[in-house]
Parts: sequence; C-alpha cells; structure tokens
Amino acid sequence: MRIESPKQLAAHAEAVQKKQKEQKQQVLICCGTGCLANGAREVADAFTEQIADKNLEVEVGLYTKETGCHGFCERGPLVVIQPSGILYAKVKASHVEKILETTVLGGEVIEGLLYKNPEDKSLIEKYADVPFYKHQKRIAMRNIGRIDPEDIDDAIAHGAYTGAARALGELSQEQVLDEIETSGLRGRGGAGFSTARKWKACAKAEGERKFVLCNGDEGDPGAFKDRSIMEGDPHAVLEGMLICAYAIGAHEGYVYVRHEYPLAVTNVTRAIEQAREAGLLGDDILGTGFSFDVKVARGGGAFVCGESSALMRSIEGNVGEPRQKYIHATDRGLYDLPTVLNNVESLSTVGQILAHGGAAYAELGTEKSKGTKAFSLVGKVKNTGLIELPMGTTLREIIYDIGGGILGDRPFKAVQTGGPSGGCVPESLLDLPVDYEQLTEAGSMMGSGGMIVMDDRTCMVDVARYFLSFLIEESCGKCLPCREGLKQLLAIYDDLVAGKGKEGDIERIETLSAAMKLGSLCDLGRSAPNPVLSTLRHFRAEYEAHVVDKACPAGICRELTIFDIDIETCDGCHACQIQCPTEAITGERKELHELDQDKCISCGVCYDVCPQGSIVYSPKPLGREAEHAHAND
Amino acid sequence: MPMLTIDGKTVTAREGATILEAAQEVGIEIPTLCAHPALEPYGGCRLCMVEVTRTEWDGWSKVVVSCLAAAEDGLIVDTKSEQIVATRRVAADLLLARCPETPLIQQLAAEYGISESSYKVSDEPTDCILCGLCTRICAKIGTHAISTQSRGASRYIGTPFDVEPEACIGCASCAHICPTSHIGYEETPTTRAIWDRSFTKLACTKCGATTITEEQRDYMVEHQGLRADYFDLCEQCKRTEVSRRMSMVGK
Repeated sequence: MRIESPKQLAAHAEAVQKKQKEQKQQVLICCGTGCLANGAREVADAFTEQIADKNLEVEVGLYTKETGCHGFCERGPLVVIQPSGILYAKVKASHVEKILETTVLGGEVIEGLLYKNPEDKSLIEKYADVPFYKHQKRIAMRNIGRIDPEDIDDAIAHGAYTGAARALGELSQEQVLDEIETSGLRGRGGAGFSTARKWKACAKAEGERKFVLCNGDEGDPGAFKDRSIMEGDPHAVLEGMLICAYAIGAHEGYVYVRHEYPLAVTNVTRAIEQAREAGLLGDDILGTGFSFDVKVARGGGAFVCGESSALMRSIEGNVGEPRQKYIHATDRGLYDLPTVLNNVESLSTVGQILAHGGAAYAELGTEKSKGTKAFSLVGKVKNTGLIELPMGTTLREIIYDIGGGILGDRPFKAVQTGGPSGGCVPESLLDLPVDYEQLTEAGSMMGSGGMIVMDDRTCMVDVARYFLSFLIEESCGKCLPCREGLKQLLAIYDDLVAGKGKEGDIERIETLSAAMKLGSLCDLGRSAPNPVLSTLRHFRAEYEAHVVDKACPAGICRELTIFDIDIETCDGCHACQIQCPTEAITGERKELHELDQDKCISCGVCYDVCPQGSIVYSPKPLGREAEHAHAND
Repeated sequence: MPMLTIDGKTVTAREGATILEAAQEVGIEIPTLCAHPALEPYGGCRLCMVEVTRTEWDGWSKVVVSCLAAAEDGLIVDTKSEQIVATRRVAADLLLARCPETPLIQQLAAEYGISESSYKVSDEPTDCILCGLCTRICAKIGTHAISTQSRGASRYIGTPFDVEPEACIGCASCAHICPTSHIGYEETPTTRAIWDRSFTKLACTKCGATTITEEQRDYMVEHQGLRADYFDLCEQCKRTEVSRRMSMVGK
C-alpha cells in the first residue's frame, strides 16, 4: 500500500495500532544474533507451531512476534509476554508448552524461568523492573525488541517515519538543519563531529548530485550496536537517511554493511523494498514531491573500510584504502561529489529528534555531549549485552548497576572503550561521566561504543598486544608509519610477553607511537597507538615489571608465570584436574593434588576454576627454561 | 598566483601546485619516496610531511603531507620543524629495518644519523619499499597487470592470484620507475622476461633492430588507434625513411 501524505501515514499508524489491539496477548521472542546463537530459532518455531496446533490465535487472540535484539544477550533467548510484561530468560524450545499452558492460558508465572537478580537472589517478574533495563534510556534503539523488523506496518504503528513526515511535510531544509543543531547530536561512530555542521556543509556544497551514506561497517572487537540496530529496526536508519537527504538536497543513498552481518543485510534490504512500496522511498515521497532512494552496498569485512574515504572507495568498486585529500567529503566524497556519511546509530536517532524536537533531545546528556549513547557491554561483566543511556552516566553505574558487577565478584581492573582506536580506563576513573570529552581526557575515546570490562586476571601488556595484533591484520598497509610501525610495535610486545624485554623498550614504544600518531595517513593509523599509550599511562608499573623483572603481575603471560598448588588449602575437589588441558594435575579425589611443572603450559585454567583459591602463581624463575633443557639432556 | 612562505623563503607557486611542487620549483628539498611527476600524488611514504600555519591561526599549526596539500596563498610552511624531523627519522629507521640492504634506504637513514635500525630487522630483507610507483604507473597505462596484494604487514606487490599476469604487455615501466630496482627483468636482443612472462620483441623490417614487445604494439594499436604497420620500422629507420621521402619531394 502506498502512503500518499503525512496525514495518511498517521491514519495508517492508527489503523495498524487498532488492529494490533485486537491481539489480546503477544509473545515477543528475541531473534537478535545473540539469542539466535543460543537457540531462539527453535523457541520461535515451537511457539508458532504449538499456537497453530492449539488454534490459540482465534481462541484467545495470541500472537507471536520475532523481534530484534532486546540487549540482554547474557540471558538469552529472551521471551516477553505482553501485555503483562513478564520476562522469561534462557528459554528453550522444551519450555514452550509449559509457558503456553501456565502463563498464557493459566495466567500464572513460571518462577524457574524468571530472571534472578544476582544482587539479592530475588526473582524479577517484569521486563521493566530488571535492573539491566531500568537504568536505560532508549532513543536510537527505541523500537528494537518491540517491533518485528520484517514488518514495516509494525514499525509505522510504533512511530516510524513520523519524524520524516514532519520534516518533509512541515519544515524547510533550514528548519531541519536547525532542529539537528539544537539537538546537539554528534557522530556516534566515535569521533563525535557535530552532525549539524556536517549536514550544513554538505547542504551548502555546490552540485546537483549528492549522497547520503550510512556507515554500517562496525568492526571493533566486542562492538555490535550498529549491527543490532540494522537488524532490529532498519526503518529507523532509513528514516534518518531520508531526513538527511531532504536537509542537504540529496536523492541517492547507500547503506554500507559488512558482508559478515547477513541478518543486517537481509533486514535492511527488505526494509528498503517495503519502504519503496509504501512510498517512503523513491519518487514523490509522502506526496511531497521529494525523491530519495537507497541501495545496499556490501563490504568485504575490512575494518579499514569503516574509515570515511576507504568506505567511499569501496562503494565505488575500488580497493578499500583511505585517500587523503584535504577536502571534506561534504564537498568531494563518493565519486568526488558532495557526500554526508553518518554512523548507523546517529541516523537512527535523527527520526526521534525530528519527531520530538531537537530541544527535547538536548535535555539529555552533558554540556557538550547531548542525548543518549548505545554501548555493547562485554567482557568480565555479569550482564553482557546492548545498552543505551544518557551521556554523562558514570562508568561505575554502567558496570555495576546495569552490568551487575564483575563476574565471580572479582576486582575490577579496567574497562576498554572505543575499540582498537580507544584505550583502557583504570579503576581510579570509575566515576568518570561518560561523554566524548571525558573519555578523550582519560586517554581513551568514545569510539563505536564497545565496552570491554576487565578483571584483575587481565594483563594490560597482553591487552595492548591483542589490539596490535588485531590492527596489524586490519591496517591496509598503504602508509609507512601504520604498516611498519604496527609491525615493530608488535615485535616489541612479543618480546615483552615472552620475557625478552630490553631496557629502552618502553621508550621505543613511545617514540614509535608518537610518529604513528603524527605521520599516519588515516585515523586508523593515527589512533592505533591509543591502546598502547593508554595502558602505558595508567599501568606503567605493569610494563616495567615485564621489562625489568620479566614478570607478569596478573599471571597471564605464560612465559613469565608458573602455577602451583597450595598444599595447605587444597581439598582435592578435582575441579582443576578436570579442566587442565595438558593433564599436568594429578591426585585422588579429596586428597592433595599435584602439578607437574614439565607438563604445565601456564594457561591458568586451574586458577580460574579453583573454588578454594588454592592455586597460586608466581613469576617464573629466570633461566628455568635453560635448566629444564639441561635436565632433559 | 598563490604566495606562500617555505622555510622563511617567499615563494610564488603555480596555480594548483602542491606544497611539494612549489618547494621543488625553488630548489627547497623535501624528502619523498612515492611522489613522481608522471603520477597522481599518493601520500604513502609520509616523508614529505611538513608543518603549516598562518599568521591568523595564532600559533596553531598542523601537519600535512606536502605532496597532497595545495600551495595556498598565505601559508607559512616549515619543512624541518622539530616534530617533522623526529617523525621522518622514525620513518627512515622503520624503512631501514624493512630494507637493510637497499642503498637508497641506507642513504636516507644515514641522513638522519642512522646506520643500524633501532627496530627488529626483517628476516627477509627486501628492496621493495611499497611506494606504489610500479602499480600506479601500470594503472596509468591502463593495463592493471600488477597491484598491491594482501594488506597490513603482509602487503606486497604482485600479480593477480600470483600467476603470470595476462594483462601485462611487457613494457617494463614498473621496473624503470622502481626507485630501488626491486622489480627485475631480463633482456636479450630479441626477448624480455618480466613477471614470469617472456615477451618477443619486434624486429625492424628494414634493419632488424629490435624495438618494443608485440604485446605493447597490440595494446597501442588497440588503444591509440595507430595503424598496425606503424611499428614496422625502428625509430632510426623511420627517420631515414622520412628523410628519403622528403628528398624526393622536389624531384
């Protein structure tokens, strides 16, 4: 059905809402990537099958809805029963029959499937009362988990395209730009450039042909917010692109999605087709005479293609390598024509800003960072998942109130934000309000919203080494400082973790980092030393231990650590023996166990599983390798 | 025409010139490995970086690579500021670790007082500095027979799928433009071998001297609209033939 005017859009939304109200109960099944990996497909199929078998649609007005990511991936697959709002966690297909009988038909709650608050062991019944959700404020992700991403009518019933209808129907281009300026929205890809300034520059640029691009090349380790938005609410992204196109006078757009996000590719592609049919893309959108269409460009999965100029080269069909021009993409971008490139999350926010006004959005957040920000919370935290909060929320609130604290209640050590371009923030800065400025000042950055929480069993030298090994794979290799610099940095770190650190290594790391920051061609290279410099800044003593004492204080670097069993406390529970991958631990149950140092590979699994704390580690004595070699002769 | 200051010297640049070109035209040397007058600027080696400011920037300055940045009116360019020299020094040091046996790089490093790299010297020394001159000249000719392969630290220059390049015409432009002679080729009076392919050279139908490869001829005939017999004679015999004909005009 083609929607001919903004008025008709509102009428259509109302009609769909009315129809939805006839459905007395709904089972929402999270079919985000995390829950699918945990078996959500089987759960959803079981619901569909059994509801059909029992003819429940007709008899009690029960419908299912497969939604995008609810965010609480740690507890997936998630099922929400509406209108009661009951949340069931870790649901299996075998639970479906009982849920239908007990909860849907019987009106009773199944306690065994409820979420148990790890704080006080209480059972929480309602979705909205779960601490993970209670502290969030969702704008960019407003409809994810609420709508069926495959159904444009459902999206429209939940307010999709109302912002675009207001922009195209009531406002001039300048007024749209002013709304965005009032909102204070800044790029959610990480750099935090003012969205209004970018749009205004492109609106002013000369040329008939302009482009709106959506950057969906998210590739930081541990980040998946853009993926979830594209999968769970693709219309929010398209609406943002449409508003941008109207504001800058563009008629063509691309969503650049990496090929490894197959569900995002499918859902965005379907959303585009549905929006075209509904007259929300294509010619004469909503009868306003404005035309704009979008295509999907699939990327090969290169991290560097998230960089503006490399992304544009990739869409053009060239090798995805950055190109330096000293001219903004807003003047000469894709095909050397004026182009706006925005991140997925920025674009999915735009529709809400236009629907409710820039001023309302600017009420949230801090002085310079307005609104909300999405994060992928991962690592050693109890509640991993996808969250969105007002800017200015402290790291402590994020990690402890929403994240539920550190796994196993171990001590917190650091949180890595901003992916390979960001850095590690230590415990002393836990009360840091998260916004662009504060994170940069702490030596990290907002980046694409990945937050990797680390406990005391994390070696910061090893963490920096991990990011270097990621970056060296992902650097395009075009410019010398990034390509050769990363290679040499990694070589130094390989030595550090192997106990071959030399005096002057820390200084060499600093000199190289400074040259890479100043000399590299694109932001990937310029920011590549950040994980190195931030760990060096906050954990210098740990580096010095590696260089001078050849010791890893966290007991992670295998070449520097030996593990042993504390004979006083070991109760022979056998946990370490079962987990040891090299059968280095022997001993009868309930008797003292022994660890054979010749077989031990210092992986530390025994330490992590021991309930008694009876595994101890210490620096490997220097020259032990040589002694062993000699003894084996 | 834009007027700018480079290292304290007032320079008038051509309209549209880069800072590097403007400097070169007045004899100010800025080191570079990947810039070439025949090719579009690339910005890969980063050696030509300079620090620029303007009086109205109030002490603020930025670093640009001079091969890409335009020589704009009023710019004040410092090609040897402290941080620029320090960064170039690291670049030279890194290159020496990569190419420890390459005379051009040894010479560059020596200019910064480096005789031995501070970094881990490559186990597989190479002469290739990945300046991309070879792949860019090949692309400019239109053959695209070679390109950069892989990425990051594994990047190298090669042919598609590392097999004999079908598109290669044996012109050897890649070898001639290579500043470190990394790209080798073998030449006999009648053949040329490059990129694992062997090419037969044309012989002048008059004197028998060899000229370009058959593939070069075919490529030019196809793309330049030349007659197939245009290359039948060598340059010398062509001149002789033209002179002979001219001398007959009056007769």
